[in-house]
Amino acid sequence: MINFRAIKVIYLHEMLRFWQTLFQSVASPILSTALYFVVFGAAIGSRIANVDGVSYGLFIIPGLTMLSVLTQSISNASFGIFFPKFTGTIYEILSAPISFYDVLIGFVGAAASKSLFLAAIILITASFFVDLNVAHPFWMLAFLILTCVAFSLFGFIIGLWAENFEKLQIVPMLIITPLVFLGGSFYSISMLPPLWQKVTLFNPVLYLVSGFRWSFFEISDVSVGVSLLMVIVFLSACIGVVAWIFKSGYKLKQ
Amino acid sequence: MSSIVSIKDLSKTYNSGFEALKNINLDIKKGEILALLGPNGAGKTTLISTICGIVSPTSGTVTVDGNDIITDFRKTRQMIGLVPQELTLGAFEQVLQTVSFSRGLFGCKKDENYLIQLLKDLSLYDKKDTEVRALSGGMKRRVLIAKALSHEPQILFLDEPTAGVDVELRKDMWMIVRQLQDKGVTIILTTHYIEEAEEIAERVGVINNGELLVVEKKELLMENFGKKQLVIELRETAKEIPHMLHKHNMELTDDGLSISYTYDAKNAESNIQEMLKEFTDSGLLLKDIRINQSSLEDIFVDLVKLK
Repeated sequence: MINFRAIKVIYLHEMLRFWQTLFQSVASPILSTALYFVVFGAAIGSRIANVDGVSYGLFIIPGLTMLSVLTQSISNASFGIFFPKFTGTIYEILSAPISFYDVLIGFVGAAASKSLFLAAIILITASFFVDLNVAHPFWMLAFLILTCVAFSLFGFIIGLWAENFEKLQIVPMLIITPLVFLGGSFYSISMLPPLWQKVTLFNPVLYLVSGFRWSFFEISDVSVGVSLLMVIVFLSACIGVVAWIFKSGYKLKQ
Repeated sequence: MSSIVSIKDLSKTYNSGFEALKNINLDIKKGEILALLGPNGAGKTTLISTICGIVSPTSGTVTVDGNDIITDFRKTRQMIGLVPQELTLGAFEQVLQTVSFSRGLFGCKKDENYLIQLLKDLSLYDKKDTEVRALSGGMKRRVLIAKALSHEPQILFLDEPTAGVDVELRKDMWMIVRQLQDKGVTIILTTHYIEEAEEIAERVGVINNGELLVVEKKELLMENFGKKQLVIELRETAKEIPHMLHKHNMELTDDGLSISYTYDAKNAESNIQEMLKEFTDSGLLLKDIRINQSSLEDIFVDLVKLK
């Protein structure tokens, strides 16, 4: 038995915060995307040769989208569950007739929705700067949704784990951002020396960006099947951790 | 009265090794007001948090209306409302909004009329569109009560409802509690104000160091554990208690002007009469008599000290 009403109110409650700061939610991705295009697309990009037959301005779009989606999914979901823990309002969620999974669906669903919305804004903004065509819209959407959900789950786990604001920031700042920048968001790994190409293969973000880029331009650093597999592996790992948290009550209940 | 909450051999040891609850057994009767009295850190909050599902028990069982709080948590939590000790509220939400959120969280259908009436009953209606952060402490406490009652629970837990609340609001709070009882809600409140337990509770449970020392009807508790003291003021200073009165539990004050006689309230009659007769025979002259009765506070202090 699932408490659908509870999932709905948690979801709407989380989305409300997003709508209340709608201007900020929309304006900041538009601004940052425009800045990236001015700097990397027009100023620097004009001096960079095509990458795998795609202009540099176009090439960075999937990476740019993934950068925002990953960091925002994590920060939205982690903040969403951390904040009630921090203020103490979590008591209400813990004492309500809802299971951990109901809570999870509400919070992660809202965080993933926000990230999807953000991705849409970035892609729409980008289309004003470059002529954007998506080769495989279905796969583009599939990669996007899977990534939003997987990283929102990951963010939820971080939000549960974090006891203070510092811990909350540490993973997105010190782990995710470097991984995204070094995962071929703004370059093809074929540009790297052979050793670093091998090292990059250990970076999970590479597979996300590569698969996502393939859905746009049919070019990729690793094969699409492998990309898809890696996203699903990451998603499964997060579900596994969440299931363990649910069983043990880790950091939620004493 | 049948019991609505049944606690059997409940123990809780936190990860730190702290034993917050030790083998608690308690039946809470349907429709009663039970006060859990104890000093800070006694285990009151842990006990109610366990029943509400916020803390996992280490051992023992709790059933609510016959359903286990772990295996049938949806059924048991549906019946329970909790008003926490701290004023924990989201700062930016409006009053009606946060109360509706609580109702939804408990899976109840939207019912604007019920919530509006609830806010009116709690004198919150004027503030229904006010952001929670703009409310005074007392108003926030009312919002917490509204949230706890939003899903029409049959059992209400109030954790220190009047801590840090002014006298007027405290009296309001007691009135709200009585009104809820009239509607058939079972109320369990924790407090370290003895005055509060004395004022509104029907039964009182005393908790200290994680142990439930006693649960008794308030009057019975005072009768069983209370002591009475009869103080006899003397016309003339006495140097000592006359030999014939030694068998009674009597003490002479330092100034020699009064004698106090402590007796068991339950079989008082015969002893007092006998003592008074012997007092007259002893030649001491009586000036005045007064009786001191121990309050719930004295009983509480004695009970807690004893352990």
